Amino acid sequence: MPSIKSPDELEAFRKNVLSNRDPSKPSITLCSGTACHATGSKEVAAAFEQELEQQGMKTDINFRKTGCHGFCEKGPIVIIDPEEICYLQVTPKDVPDIIGQTIKEKKVLDHLLYTDAITGEKTALESEIPFYKHQQRNVFGPNRRIDPRSIEDYIAIGGFQALPKALLEMAPDEIIAEVKAANLRGRGGGGFPAGQKWEFARNAPGEQKYVVVNCDEGDPGAYMDRSLMEGNPFVVLEGLLIGAYAIGASEGYFYVRQEYPLARKNLDIAIGQVEELGLLGKNILGSGFDFNVHVHRGAGAFVCGEETALLMSLEGRAGEPKSRPPYPAIKGLWGKPTNINNVETWANVPLIINEGAGALTSIGTENSKGTKIFSLVGKINNTGLVEVPMGITLEDIIYKIGGGIPGGKKFKAVQTGGPSGGCIPENMLDLKVGFDELSKAGSMMGSGGMIVMDEDTCMVDIARYFIDFLTDESCGKCVPCREGLRQMHKILTRITEGNGKEGDIERLQEIAETAREASLCALGKTSANPFLSTFHYFKDEYEAHIKEKRCPALSCKELISFYIDPDKCAACMICIKKCPVDAIDGAKKKIHIIDQAECTNCGTCFDVCPSKFDAVVKFSGVPVPPPISEEARMISKKSK
Amino acid sequence: MDIDRIDQIIEKHEGAASSLIQVLLDIQSENHWLPKAALKQVSEKLQVPLLQVQHVATFYKTFSLVPKGRHEVNICMGTACHVRGAGRVLDKVEELTGIKPGETDLDLKFSLETVNCVGCCALGPVMDINGKTHGKISPTKTEKLLKSYE
Amino acid sequence: MSEILIQIDGKEVKAREGMTVLEAAKGAGIFIPTLCHHEQLEPFGGCRICIVETESGGKTMLAASCVYPVEENMVVNTRSEKIDRIRKSLLELLMAHAPDSPQLNELAEEYGADRDRYEKETSFCIHCGLCVRYCAEVEKKDAIGFVDRGVRKEISFVPEIASRECNACKRCFPLCPTSYLQAAFVLTESFSFPSESSEHK
Repeated sequence: MPSIKSPDELEAFRKNVLSNRDPSKPSITLCSGTACHATGSKEVAAAFEQELEQQGMKTDINFRKTGCHGFCEKGPIVIIDPEEICYLQVTPKDVPDIIGQTIKEKKVLDHLLYTDAITGEKTALESEIPFYKHQQRNVFGPNRRIDPRSIEDYIAIGGFQALPKALLEMAPDEIIAEVKAANLRGRGGGGFPAGQKWEFARNAPGEQKYVVVNCDEGDPGAYMDRSLMEGNPFVVLEGLLIGAYAIGASEGYFYVRQEYPLARKNLDIAIGQVEELGLLGKNILGSGFDFNVHVHRGAGAFVCGEETALLMSLEGRAGEPKSRPPYPAIKGLWGKPTNINNVETWANVPLIINEGAGALTSIGTENSKGTKIFSLVGKINNTGLVEVPMGITLEDIIYKIGGGIPGGKKFKAVQTGGPSGGCIPENMLDLKVGFDELSKAGSMMGSGGMIVMDEDTCMVDIARYFIDFLTDESCGKCVPCREGLRQMHKILTRITEGNGKEGDIERLQEIAETAREASLCALGKTSANPFLSTFHYFKDEYEAHIKEKRCPALSCKELISFYIDPDKCAACMICIKKCPVDAIDGAKKKIHIIDQAECTNCGTCFDVCPSKFDAVVKFSGVPVPPPISEEARMISKKSK
Repeated sequence: MDIDRIDQIIEKHEGAASSLIQVLLDIQSENHWLPKAALKQVSEKLQVPLLQVQHVATFYKTFSLVPKGRHEVNICMGTACHVRGAGRVLDKVEELTGIKPGETDLDLKFSLETVNCVGCCALGPVMDINGKTHGKISPTKTEKLLKSYE
Repeated sequence: MSEILIQIDGKEVKAREGMTVLEAAKGAGIFIPTLCHHEQLEPFGGCRICIVETESGGKTMLAASCVYPVEENMVVNTRSEKIDRIRKSLLELLMAHAPDSPQLNELAEEYGADRDRYEKETSFCIHCGLCVRYCAEVEKKDAIGFVDRGVRKEISFVPEIASRECNACKRCFPLCPTSYLQAAFVLTESFSFPSESSEHK
């Protein structure tokens, strides 16, 4: 690779890269993000490499392993271009046919196509698949087209065009003005206007300034940043370079959580390539701007996603948040002005510079502009990462893109914003997604986690789950958070076990106010949200648990009893064999009965009873029916 | 773990006090736990009070101050996995191994941890054993899986 | 340091840039309760008992006065229904750990806190951090510190250092509002101090 010293040289390099590529050459793209890895994309890759070798087709076909495409439910994903045919859940066995039939004979393999869960209709073209069709993949889209370990791929699709424009055609103030005009709000959870934060840092006194990429992504169920970092570290680097120049920072830090090894690896490779090309280091593109980056690993602490805790961690200390003011923009890393932004926020910057503020302002609601990447997970048919314009309704995301709820179950709530967020019920599905809109509904945007829940989800248990998470992750420094969580955890656990007491709800509400008003940082301030939002919309579930010792969703282990319906039981013996405590009595022609005194509510019988019988049912709040008589238990040929 | 190896790791990070977490991560990754002697060596070489090393080593979940088993079992307890029944998988694993999260069995065979989201939400519930991700785990599948490890 | 004029409880108070609200109040003879604050130590901001209502630049909020810097024309209230309610709640949460602490009881009486509002906890440390910070900042011995995080956070002596330094010092002992410190020391001495004949490695 040459060492580029000017924008002209960069353009010459780009032309060179493009001249060596034939756009009409067939190509096979295989998604190789972490989720697809887990479903076997590595084996599929090996199969492709072998088959192409055997067929002598290695130079005739572009075989490219990319980062995450987002349709994680259906991985491994393979796309054949230029036709844009999309194959899902590909296995190594399918590879010879893909090459033999689709590549060579242009024949489509039906069994690998997207099939609508309800109509059975098949779709061959990637862009026609409902999951993709209703998205607007301005930021995430390039993942599909580049090998994250190839800077040339990134340059071939137009990457690193914003950088020379920013460094040599725009003044720092102009860049900040453009980012402000675009109304780019932080995509990590705070939603604070990025341009304004940049301005604070730029205007802060001091020579040495820092920029930081927050890739700590701790919200459970959210993995957007992971996929961006794995799939296109270049766009984040480019955004960071532009921001650093605008702010006047000469050093940048990537804080990548330890649980993301592939993201770190691809980032390290990308940094090496960008350095080699001369776009990191001294006098970048001849602009006089010097910039270097360092990669710092997290070590397993959710609280380090909080700005000031992250800075503590960068300094080698325990991640305990600091009081503000002073804010990091004035006094941050080692006391110097520091600007921290989330991965997705930085990734939006090249787009703004390339196309102007309108790239964001032309989309979205009044105060939420541009697109947002969400991780749509939980009880949903099409699990994955989706990028949509702000202002799209929750209903469209869940049904048009997500394909609705599996198993014919009924939608109950969608949880957004991670542990600091809240649950939104069915009657609010027409809500237009945006920062303020979600906050008004008692939840928040957060980093973009969107967890769908159905009728089998107990909302009290969900509150307990999030509080449990937070008790583990709180730094423990301030009383409202540490002690508040301690007591909330105790109370909610008791309620899910049927030991709710008089005054529990009042205590929870008191703690909620104390935590919100007096905590040191955002983790503490929002720590009671899981309780507040579920109590607001699902009060009846709390009352059932406390007053009737009943779990309406039939989920809380201590409050349910399992019962074998004698009308459905076929005496197949499976549950008897699987019961870990031998609590089921029965024989080959004798209807099975669970001994309630022995039963530990593990749910194994419920899982293993064959679906054609579906004989195991759950009761809550009422005793199970008494056992039928011994004679009635005997199955004769006539009676069944 | 070799004192020399620890010194090498410290040197790689240029002996900077702020690299404490990175140094400990490297030691943890190679040695699978942080012996007291390692903490003392790091404290001395990086000129960081042992107190701070201790706080950092206990504050962050990645670090273990006790030896780990041959097989590290991590069960994802992220929200998506939770909603799909990860709790019952955890119950099953606890039953089969006899240990709770954060513990290692007496034979040093299994170490169990819960983790908050590995980012494979489409495959929930997810269990990671020695870095290999297993998706769509059920309590019944768990038994078969764990039995396959020596 | 330029002079800043603020208002506390309706009284005009002269403060200097860089001062905290607590410092300004103390200078004007206005009392704000604290638990984790100490003259000789850097402000901690952990107990949150010192919270006050601040109005500055059109924004009203609650802030921990021991760490919040004064701002020109800031209006501060040290008591209100909300502040009293929250202080009561904080005390009740702490008294689940240390119901017999003299400092907590004195404040509990003022704010009507119920020592039995929450189920009792086994540890009577209230994490004021006075012992840890005093040892680090004043004695500079680093013999005691925090370990772990969240609800599992604890104070912990470094046996090697404590066995050498503490018996001759113990100047942090009187600072502990709950005497948990003394109890922790006795336990550490019994179980973890290296014996005379062999050093623990």
